[in-house]
Amino acid sequence: MRFDSLLDSIGGTPLIGLPRLSAAYGGDVRLWAKLEDRNPTGSIKDRAALRMLTEAEAEGRIKPGSTLLEPTSGNTGISLAMAAKLRGYRLVCVMPENTSEERRQLLRMWGAEIISSPAAGGSNEAVRVAKGLAEQNPDWVMMYQYGNPANALAHYEGTGPELLADLPEITHFVAGLGTTGTLMGVGRYFREHKPEVRIVAAEPRYGELVYGLRNLEEGFVPELYDPDLIDTRFSVGPRDALRRVRELLECEGIFAGVSTGAILHAAMGQAARAAKAGESADIAFVVCDGGWKYLSTGAYEGTIDDAEDRLEGQLWA
Amino acid sequence: MSIEVRIPTILRPLTGGEKSVEGTGDSLSGLIDDLEARFPGIKERLVEDGVLRRFVNVYINDEDVRFLGSLEAPLADGDSVVVLPAVAGG
Repeated sequence: MRFDSLLDSIGGTPLIGLPRLSAAYGGDVRLWAKLEDRNPTGSIKDRAALRMLTEAEAEGRIKPGSTLLEPTSGNTGISLAMAAKLRGYRLVCVMPENTSEERRQLLRMWGAEIISSPAAGGSNEAVRVAKGLAEQNPDWVMMYQYGNPANALAHYEGTGPELLADLPEITHFVAGLGTTGTLMGVGRYFREHKPEVRIVAAEPRYGELVYGLRNLEEGFVPELYDPDLIDTRFSVGPRDALRRVRELLECEGIFAGVSTGAILHAAMGQAARAAKAGESADIAFVVCDGGWKYLSTGAYEGTIDDAEDRLEGQLWA
Repeated sequence: MSIEVRIPTILRPLTGGEKSVEGTGDSLSGLIDDLEARFPGIKERLVEDGVLRRFVNVYINDEDVRFLGSLEAPLADGDSVVVLPAVAGG
Protein backbone atom coordinates (compact mmCIF):
# COMPACT_ATOMS: atom_id res chain seq x y z
CA MET A 1 0.00 0.00 0.00
CA ARG A 2 1.28 3.45 -0.95
CA PHE A 3 0.47 6.83 0.67
CA ASP A 4 1.54 10.40 -0.11
CA SER A 5 2.57 11.05 3.52
CA LEU A 6 2.50 9.51 6.97
CA LEU A 7 -0.72 11.36 7.86
CA ASP A 8 -2.42 9.93 4.77
CA SER A 9 -1.75 6.40 6.07
CA ILE A 10 -3.90 6.77 9.23
CA GLY A 11 -6.75 4.24 9.48
CA GLY A 12 -7.49 1.30 7.19
CA THR A 13 -6.30 -1.06 9.92
CA PRO A 14 -6.46 -4.89 9.70
CA LEU A 15 -9.26 -6.94 11.27
CA ILE A 16 -7.79 -10.20 12.58
CA GLY A 17 -9.64 -13.39 13.44
CA LEU A 18 -8.87 -15.04 16.80
CA PRO A 19 -9.42 -18.76 16.11
CA ARG A 20 -7.92 -20.05 19.37
CA LEU A 21 -9.77 -17.74 21.75
CA SER A 22 -13.00 -18.20 19.76
CA ALA A 23 -12.80 -22.01 19.96
CA ALA A 24 -13.73 -21.92 23.67
CA TYR A 25 -17.25 -20.74 22.74
CA GLY A 26 -18.13 -23.57 20.34
CA GLY A 27 -18.43 -23.32 16.57
CA ASP A 28 -20.70 -20.33 16.10
CA VAL A 29 -19.01 -17.50 18.00
CA ARG A 30 -16.06 -15.64 16.51
CA LEU A 31 -13.90 -12.89 18.00
CA TRP A 32 -12.22 -10.31 15.72
CA ALA A 33 -9.49 -7.84 16.70
CA LYS A 34 -9.25 -4.42 14.98
CA LEU A 35 -5.52 -3.67 15.18
CA GLU A 36 -5.41 0.07 15.85
CA ASP A 37 -1.79 -0.22 17.00
CA ARG A 38 -0.95 -0.26 13.27
CA ASN A 39 -1.54 3.49 13.05
CA PRO A 40 1.52 5.78 12.65
CA THR A 41 2.12 6.51 16.36
CA GLY A 42 0.81 3.10 17.41
CA SER A 43 -2.67 3.87 18.71
CA ILE A 44 -6.28 4.45 17.72
CA LYS A 45 -5.92 8.10 18.76
CA ASP A 46 -4.18 9.00 15.49
CA ARG A 47 -7.62 8.97 13.88
CA ALA A 48 -9.16 11.49 16.26
CA ALA A 49 -6.05 13.67 16.51
CA LEU A 50 -5.73 14.15 12.75
CA ARG A 51 -9.43 14.82 12.34
CA MET A 52 -9.55 17.37 15.18
CA LEU A 53 -6.58 19.15 13.65
CA THR A 54 -7.88 19.22 10.07
CA GLU A 55 -11.37 20.33 11.18
CA ALA A 56 -9.84 23.17 13.24
CA GLU A 57 -7.79 24.20 10.19
CA ALA A 58 -10.86 24.10 7.93
CA GLU A 59 -12.79 26.25 10.41
CA GLY A 60 -9.90 28.72 10.53
CA ARG A 61 -9.40 28.25 14.27
CA ILE A 62 -5.71 27.39 13.80
CA LYS A 63 -2.96 28.02 11.29
CA PRO A 64 0.69 26.90 11.24
CA GLY A 65 2.49 28.53 14.18
CA SER A 66 -0.57 28.32 16.47
CA THR A 67 -0.21 26.78 19.92
CA LEU A 68 -2.44 23.78 20.56
CA LEU A 69 -3.40 22.64 24.06
CA GLU A 70 -4.75 19.27 25.16
CA PRO A 71 -5.46 17.42 28.41
CA THR A 72 -4.41 13.80 27.79
CA SER A 73 -3.31 10.70 29.66
CA GLY A 74 -1.00 9.93 26.76
CA ASN A 75 -2.10 8.48 23.45
CA THR A 76 -4.08 11.48 22.16
CA GLY A 77 -1.17 13.73 23.09
CA ILE A 78 1.31 11.50 21.26
CA SER A 79 -0.90 11.44 18.15
CA LEU A 80 -1.42 15.21 18.26
CA ALA A 81 2.31 15.76 18.77
CA MET A 82 3.14 13.82 15.62
CA ALA A 83 0.46 15.57 13.54
CA ALA A 84 1.32 19.00 15.01
CA LYS A 85 5.02 18.52 14.17
CA LEU A 86 4.24 17.62 10.56
CA ARG A 87 1.80 20.50 10.09
CA GLY A 88 3.77 23.18 11.95
CA TYR A 89 2.07 23.68 15.33
CA ARG A 90 3.36 23.98 18.87
CA LEU A 91 1.65 21.54 21.29
CA VAL A 92 1.25 21.81 25.06
CA CYS A 93 -0.09 18.67 26.78
CA VAL A 94 -1.50 18.54 30.31
CA MET A 95 -0.93 15.04 31.62
CA PRO A 96 -1.58 13.42 35.04
CA GLU A 97 1.72 12.65 36.80
CA ASN A 98 0.70 8.99 37.35
CA THR A 99 1.14 7.96 33.70
CA SER A 100 3.96 5.79 32.38
CA GLU A 101 7.41 7.25 31.65
CA GLU A 102 7.31 5.90 28.08
CA ARG A 103 4.38 8.18 27.30
CA ARG A 104 6.30 11.23 28.53
CA GLN A 105 9.38 10.28 26.48
CA LEU A 106 7.29 9.80 23.35
CA LEU A 107 5.59 13.17 23.81
CA ARG A 108 8.92 14.94 24.22
CA MET A 109 10.36 13.05 21.25
CA TRP A 110 7.67 14.41 18.92
CA GLY A 111 8.23 17.88 20.34
CA ALA A 112 5.35 18.37 22.76
CA GLU A 113 5.71 20.38 25.97
CA ILE A 114 4.32 18.64 29.05
CA ILE A 115 2.60 20.26 32.02
CA SER A 116 1.91 17.77 34.82
CA SER A 117 -1.38 17.68 36.72
CA PRO A 118 -1.77 16.04 40.15
CA ALA A 119 -2.13 12.23 40.27
CA ALA A 120 -5.15 12.36 42.57
CA GLY A 121 -8.22 12.85 40.43
CA GLY A 122 -6.60 11.41 37.28
CA SER A 123 -7.72 12.87 33.97
CA ASN A 124 -10.41 14.99 35.68
CA GLU A 125 -7.60 17.09 37.09
CA ALA A 126 -5.83 17.28 33.71
CA VAL A 127 -9.05 18.62 32.17
CA ARG A 128 -9.42 21.16 34.98
CA VAL A 129 -5.80 22.36 34.69
CA ALA A 130 -6.07 22.60 30.87
CA LYS A 131 -9.25 24.67 31.10
CA GLY A 132 -7.43 27.05 33.47
CA LEU A 133 -4.48 27.36 31.06
CA ALA A 134 -6.85 28.07 28.18
CA GLU A 135 -8.30 30.99 30.14
CA GLN A 136 -4.85 32.39 30.96
CA ASN A 137 -3.67 31.99 27.35
CA PRO A 138 -6.51 33.10 25.10
CA ASP A 139 -4.42 32.62 21.96
CA TRP A 140 -3.90 28.89 22.67
CA VAL A 141 -6.42 26.56 21.04
CA MET A 142 -7.63 23.55 22.99
CA MET A 143 -8.52 20.56 20.79
CA TYR A 144 -10.60 19.12 23.68
CA GLN A 145 -11.08 15.49 22.69
CA TYR A 146 -13.90 15.03 25.26
CA GLY A 147 -16.24 17.47 23.56
CA ASN A 148 -14.87 17.83 20.01
CA PRO A 149 -17.30 16.31 17.46
CA ALA A 150 -14.34 15.67 15.12
CA ASN A 151 -13.19 12.95 17.54
CA ALA A 152 -16.38 10.90 17.02
CA LEU A 153 -16.54 11.89 13.33
CA ALA A 154 -13.19 10.17 12.67
CA HIS A 155 -14.78 6.89 13.79
CA TYR A 156 -18.15 7.53 12.13
CA GLU A 157 -16.43 8.03 8.78
CA GLY A 158 -13.47 5.68 9.28
CA THR A 159 -13.57 2.90 11.87
CA GLY A 160 -17.30 2.13 11.46
CA PRO A 161 -17.38 1.76 7.67
CA GLU A 162 -14.11 -0.23 7.74
CA LEU A 163 -15.65 -2.72 10.19
CA LEU A 164 -18.85 -3.18 8.19
CA ALA A 165 -16.90 -3.63 4.94
CA ASP A 166 -14.57 -6.24 6.46
CA LEU A 167 -17.22 -8.02 8.57
CA PRO A 168 -20.72 -7.62 7.08
CA GLU A 169 -21.96 -10.31 9.50
CA ILE A 170 -20.86 -8.30 12.58
CA THR A 171 -23.18 -8.71 15.62
CA HIS A 172 -21.24 -6.89 18.37
CA PHE A 173 -18.77 -4.02 18.58
CA VAL A 174 -16.74 -3.61 21.79
CA ALA A 175 -14.45 -0.67 22.54
CA GLY A 176 -12.97 1.24 25.44
CA LEU A 177 -14.82 4.16 27.00
CA GLY A 178 -12.59 7.14 27.76
CA THR A 179 -13.42 10.23 25.73
CA THR A 180 -16.28 8.08 24.30
CA GLY A 181 -15.23 9.19 20.76
CA THR A 182 -14.75 5.67 19.33
CA LEU A 183 -18.04 4.35 20.72
CA MET A 184 -20.03 7.43 19.77
CA GLY A 185 -18.74 7.48 16.18
CA VAL A 186 -18.92 3.74 15.52
CA GLY A 187 -22.17 3.46 17.53
CA ARG A 188 -23.87 6.14 15.46
CA TYR A 189 -22.61 4.56 12.25
CA PHE A 190 -24.09 1.17 13.13
CA ARG A 191 -27.35 2.66 14.46
CA GLU A 192 -27.79 4.10 10.95
CA HIS A 193 -26.43 1.23 8.86
CA LYS A 194 -26.94 -1.98 10.87
CA PRO A 195 -28.96 -1.14 13.99
CA GLU A 196 -29.04 -4.72 15.33
CA VAL A 197 -25.29 -4.56 16.10
CA ARG A 198 -24.84 -4.48 19.87
CA ILE A 199 -22.53 -1.65 20.96
CA VAL A 200 -20.63 -2.52 24.15
CA ALA A 201 -18.45 -0.20 26.22
CA ALA A 202 -15.59 -1.38 28.44
CA GLU A 203 -14.58 1.19 31.03
CA PRO A 204 -11.34 0.78 32.97
CA ARG A 205 -11.74 0.73 36.75
CA TYR A 206 -8.64 2.24 38.35
CA GLY A 207 -7.30 2.23 41.89
CA GLU A 208 -8.82 4.47 44.54
CA LEU A 209 -6.32 7.31 44.12
CA VAL A 210 -7.73 8.07 40.69
CA TYR A 211 -11.21 8.54 42.14
CA GLY A 212 -9.89 10.81 44.87
CA LEU A 213 -12.32 13.63 44.25
CA ARG A 214 -13.18 16.05 46.95
CA ASN A 215 -16.87 15.77 46.18
CA LEU A 216 -19.20 14.18 43.67
CA GLU A 217 -19.86 17.49 41.94
CA GLU A 218 -16.31 17.30 40.57
CA GLY A 219 -17.07 14.18 38.54
CA PHE A 220 -16.80 14.26 34.77
CA VAL A 221 -18.90 12.98 31.88
CA PRO A 222 -17.50 13.81 28.42
CA GLU A 223 -19.73 16.20 26.47
CA LEU A 224 -19.59 13.75 23.52
CA TYR A 225 -21.27 10.96 25.52
CA ASP A 226 -24.76 9.91 24.39
CA PRO A 227 -25.89 6.75 26.22
CA ASP A 228 -28.47 6.03 23.49
CA LEU A 229 -25.64 5.11 21.11
CA ILE A 230 -24.48 2.17 23.24
CA ASP A 231 -26.35 -0.88 24.54
CA THR A 232 -24.39 -1.63 27.68
CA ARG A 233 -21.31 -0.63 29.61
CA PHE A 234 -18.99 -2.73 31.78
CA SER A 235 -16.48 -1.65 34.38
CA VAL A 236 -13.31 -3.76 34.19
CA GLY A 237 -10.67 -3.79 36.91
CA PRO A 238 -6.90 -4.21 36.43
CA ARG A 239 -6.88 -7.90 37.34
CA ASP A 240 -9.26 -8.93 34.54
CA ALA A 241 -7.52 -6.55 32.13
CA LEU A 242 -4.11 -8.07 32.90
CA ARG A 243 -5.39 -11.64 32.70
CA ARG A 244 -6.95 -11.03 29.27
CA VAL A 245 -4.07 -9.04 27.80
CA ARG A 246 -1.75 -11.95 28.67
CA GLU A 247 -4.25 -14.43 27.19
CA LEU A 248 -4.30 -12.45 23.94
CA LEU A 249 -0.51 -12.68 23.75
CA GLU A 250 -0.36 -16.33 24.79
CA CYS A 251 -3.17 -17.66 22.54
CA GLU A 252 -3.07 -15.36 19.54
CA GLY A 253 0.38 -13.75 19.59
CA ILE A 254 -1.01 -10.20 19.83
CA PHE A 255 0.99 -7.89 22.10
CA ALA A 256 -1.47 -5.21 23.24
CA GLY A 257 -1.66 -2.48 25.87
CA VAL A 258 -3.43 -3.12 29.18
CA SER A 259 -6.64 -1.27 28.25
CA THR A 260 -7.14 -3.73 25.39
CA GLY A 261 -7.27 -6.48 28.02
CA ALA A 262 -10.26 -4.71 29.58
CA ILE A 263 -11.98 -4.50 26.19
CA LEU A 264 -11.25 -8.17 25.44
CA HIS A 265 -12.72 -9.09 28.84
CA ALA A 266 -16.00 -7.38 27.92
CA ALA A 267 -15.92 -8.96 24.44
CA MET A 268 -15.45 -12.43 25.95
CA GLY A 269 -18.39 -11.76 28.27
CA GLN A 270 -20.55 -11.14 25.20
CA ALA A 271 -19.11 -14.27 23.54
CA ALA A 272 -20.01 -16.40 26.56
CA ARG A 273 -23.52 -14.93 26.64
CA ALA A 274 -24.08 -15.68 22.92
CA ALA A 275 -22.72 -19.23 23.27
CA LYS A 276 -24.98 -19.89 26.26
CA ALA A 277 -28.02 -18.64 24.33
CA GLY A 278 -27.05 -20.79 21.33
CA GLU A 279 -26.72 -17.70 19.13
CA SER A 280 -24.29 -17.02 16.31
CA ALA A 281 -22.00 -14.07 17.01
CA ASP A 282 -19.25 -12.13 15.25
CA ILE A 283 -17.74 -9.86 17.86
CA ALA A 284 -15.30 -7.15 16.76
CA PHE A 285 -13.26 -5.36 19.41
CA VAL A 286 -10.60 -2.66 19.37
CA VAL A 287 -6.92 -3.24 20.09
CA CYS A 288 -6.21 0.38 21.11
CA ASP A 289 -2.44 0.20 21.16
CA GLY A 290 0.52 -2.15 21.51
CA GLY A 291 2.08 -3.12 24.83
CA TRP A 292 5.36 -1.26 24.29
CA LYS A 293 4.43 1.84 26.29
CA TYR A 294 3.47 -0.25 29.31
CA LEU A 295 6.55 -2.48 29.65
CA SER A 296 7.84 -0.40 32.56
CA THR A 297 4.61 -1.05 34.50
CA GLY A 298 5.58 -4.75 34.71
CA ALA A 299 2.17 -5.78 33.34
CA TYR A 300 3.46 -8.71 31.31
CA GLU A 301 5.81 -10.44 33.77
CA GLY A 302 5.58 -12.35 37.03
CA THR A 303 2.37 -13.21 38.84
CA ILE A 304 -0.94 -11.44 38.21
CA ASP A 305 -0.99 -10.42 41.90
CA ASP A 306 2.35 -8.60 41.58
CA ALA A 307 1.38 -7.00 38.28
CA GLU A 308 -1.90 -5.83 39.79
CA ASP A 309 -0.05 -4.28 42.74
CA ARG A 310 2.25 -2.42 40.36
CA LEU A 311 -0.73 -0.92 38.50
CA GLU A 312 -2.32 0.41 41.69
CA GLY A 313 -2.64 4.18 41.42
CA GLN A 314 -1.61 4.17 37.72
CA LEU A 315 -3.72 5.40 34.83
CA TRP A 316 -3.21 2.16 32.93
CA ALA A 317 -5.66 2.88 30.11
CA MET B 1 -30.15 -12.22 51.35
CA SER B 2 -26.97 -10.25 51.13
CA ILE B 3 -25.45 -7.92 48.58
CA GLU B 4 -21.90 -6.57 48.84
CA VAL B 5 -21.64 -2.83 48.17
CA ARG B 6 -18.26 -1.18 47.50
CA ILE B 7 -18.19 2.39 48.76
CA PRO B 8 -15.95 5.04 47.11
CA THR B 9 -13.49 7.02 49.23
CA ILE B 10 -15.57 10.21 49.21
CA LEU B 11 -18.63 8.47 50.70
CA ARG B 12 -16.79 6.55 53.41
CA PRO B 13 -17.32 9.20 56.08
CA LEU B 14 -20.97 8.07 55.90
CA THR B 15 -20.14 4.37 56.43
CA GLY B 16 -17.78 4.90 59.34
CA GLY B 17 -14.82 4.48 57.00
CA GLU B 18 -15.94 1.06 55.72
CA LYS B 19 -14.84 0.30 52.15
CA SER B 20 -17.47 -2.35 51.72
CA VAL B 21 -20.85 -2.86 53.40
CA GLU B 22 -23.59 -5.47 53.18
CA GLY B 23 -27.15 -4.61 52.17
CA THR B 24 -30.44 -6.08 51.03
CA GLY B 25 -33.06 -5.20 48.42
CA ASP B 26 -34.86 -6.58 45.36
CA SER B 27 -33.85 -3.56 43.33
CA LEU B 28 -31.21 -0.85 43.44
CA SER B 29 -33.65 1.62 45.00
CA GLY B 30 -34.56 -0.98 47.67
CA LEU B 31 -30.87 -1.46 48.40
CA ILE B 32 -30.28 2.31 48.67
CA ASP B 33 -33.23 2.61 51.11
CA ASP B 34 -31.74 -0.23 53.18
CA LEU B 35 -28.35 1.53 53.26
CA GLU B 36 -29.97 4.88 54.14
CA ALA B 37 -31.57 3.28 57.21
CA ARG B 38 -28.12 2.41 58.57
CA PHE B 39 -25.98 5.13 56.97
CA PRO B 40 -28.17 8.25 57.00
CA GLY B 41 -27.29 10.75 54.27
CA ILE B 42 -26.05 8.23 51.73
CA LYS B 43 -29.23 8.29 49.63
CA GLU B 44 -29.04 12.04 49.11
CA ARG B 45 -25.47 11.65 47.78
CA LEU B 46 -26.54 9.02 45.23
CA VAL B 47 -30.03 10.08 44.17
CA GLU B 48 -31.46 13.46 43.20
CA ASP B 49 -35.09 14.08 42.20
CA GLY B 50 -35.69 10.34 41.94
CA VAL B 51 -32.82 9.59 39.55
CA LEU B 52 -29.17 8.63 39.99
CA ARG B 53 -26.98 11.71 40.22
CA ARG B 54 -25.15 12.59 37.01
CA PHE B 55 -21.64 12.04 38.38
CA VAL B 56 -22.42 8.81 40.23
CA ASN B 57 -21.93 5.49 38.46
CA VAL B 58 -23.31 2.28 39.95
CA TYR B 59 -22.46 -1.17 38.64
CA ILE B 60 -24.17 -4.50 39.37
CA ASN B 61 -21.75 -7.37 38.74
CA ASP B 62 -19.61 -4.86 36.78
CA GLU B 63 -22.48 -3.77 34.47
CA ASP B 64 -23.62 -0.10 34.49
CA VAL B 65 -27.09 0.05 36.09
CA ARG B 66 -28.20 2.76 33.65
CA PHE B 67 -28.47 -0.07 31.08
CA LEU B 68 -30.24 -2.41 33.52
CA GLY B 69 -33.15 -0.18 34.55
CA SER B 70 -31.28 2.37 36.70
CA LEU B 71 -32.87 2.55 40.18
CA GLU B 72 -35.31 -0.22 39.18
CA ALA B 73 -32.44 -2.59 38.23
CA PRO B 74 -33.18 -5.96 39.84
CA LEU B 75 -30.86 -7.43 42.48
CA ALA B 76 -30.39 -10.99 43.71
CA ASP B 77 -28.60 -12.63 46.61
CA GLY B 78 -24.84 -12.68 46.05
CA ASP B 79 -24.79 -9.75 43.59
CA SER B 80 -21.92 -7.33 43.88
CA VAL B 81 -22.55 -3.57 43.66
CA VAL B 82 -19.84 -0.98 43.03
CA VAL B 83 -20.38 2.78 43.42
CA LEU B 84 -17.88 5.11 41.71
CA PRO B 85 -17.66 8.78 40.80
CA ALA B 86 -17.62 9.44 37.04
CA VAL B 87 -14.07 10.22 35.89
CA ALA B 88 -12.47 11.18 32.58
CA GLY B 89 -10.43 8.79 30.47
CA GLY B 90 -8.40 9.29 27.26
